[in-house]
Amino acid sequence: MVNWIWLGMMVVSVAFAAVKGRVREVTEAAFGGAQTGVTVCIGLVSILVFWLGLMRIAEQAGLVRKLARLVAPLVRRLFPDVPADHPAFGYILTNMSANLLGLGNAATPMGIRAMQELQKLNPSQDTATPAMCTLLALNTASITLIPTTMIAIRMNFGSASPTDIVVSTLLATFVATGAAIAADRWYRSRDRHRLPPLPVGGSAETKGG
Amino acid sequence: MVAFLHQVSAWAVPMMIVLIPLYAALRKVPVYETFVDGAKEGFGTAVGIIPHLVGMMTAISMFRASGAMDAMVALVRPLFERIGVPGDVLPLGLLRPITGAGSLAYATDLIKTHGADSMIARIAATIQGSTDTTLYVLTVYFGAIGIRNTRYALKVGLFSDAVGFFAAVAACWLLF
Repeated sequence: MVNWIWLGMMVVSVAFAAVKGRVREVTEAAFGGAQTGVTVCIGLVSILVFWLGLMRIAEQAGLVRKLARLVAPLVRRLFPDVPADHPAFGYILTNMSANLLGLGNAATPMGIRAMQELQKLNPSQDTATPAMCTLLALNTASITLIPTTMIAIRMNFGSASPTDIVVSTLLATFVATGAAIAADRWYRSRDRHRLPPLPVGGSAETKGG
Repeated sequence: MVAFLHQVSAWAVPMMIVLIPLYAALRKVPVYETFVDGAKEGFGTAVGIIPHLVGMMTAISMFRASGAMDAMVALVRPLFERIGVPGDVLPLGLLRPITGAGSLAYATDLIKTHGADSMIARIAATIQGSTDTTLYVLTVYFGAIGIRNTRYALKVGLFSDAVGFFAAVAACWLLF
């Protein structure tokens, strides 16, 4: 699906540019976009270097495993194919807490660390496992308790009660997260019926898709 | 409650920066060396995401500049207005899953033009604040570990974005 969306956006853009006489703008936009991609990644360097360093300390001190064991009973139902004492749970929890608190630049490194841990359980290195898809679903919906940025922007433009969007945002984010979990469940069980489980050590991961 | 949560999120990071190394030091972990050791991986991980993000950003940027998105919005606008979705927030619904910076700029513009306490501003703020940029999250998280076949992950993300969009509009009509 990613292949088609990617190709579709570019084909439609160029076709539109041809019709509307915007060829030069679209060409410029292509390289502008490429530059944004690099700039965003360079911005990620400092954040990733810092958080992966701090998290290595937490790992060495045994904190990640301890945390994983503590929350596994709660989060396990969402990730039935991850072993109960796996450190991935520690990162999944920190990732979700960072999202809840609106700490965007901590959430990404934790999410990436969680993905790296899940990758260790992956029988085929270039295909996402169901657990990875669930973690991604939780992150794209990303439950937020306080939409800090939007409150600040409304405050800037003279809102009488900038925080009144907290409740509507909570409602919307809960509904969206519920939809993400439901859809993830649905695809997960569909794939399980369609594809035979891999015969490795009791793992319920499926290949392909 | 909101003030309390603000405090929690303001203190969360400094507390982690102090408590994690402190706990580790008490357990005889060489904290500084361990930090440097783990931090080394950060650079490679970030650089590894570059090709994925460049590919995605190029397509998104072209799509916006070509005017294709505006044409799509104009096409469905009457349909959405009939069910109570203000036409002005439609582009935001399309932008939100594909570009975080782009949708933030658009939401800010809506708040500026319509007034911070208008219905449109509230709906825009709710849409912008209630979900994350699906394509960016997918590209970064899967790019970092070299996943090429993303299975159904994108469909799930986009479905949840669509549900979130309507939920945001409905929540605002309900509350304000």
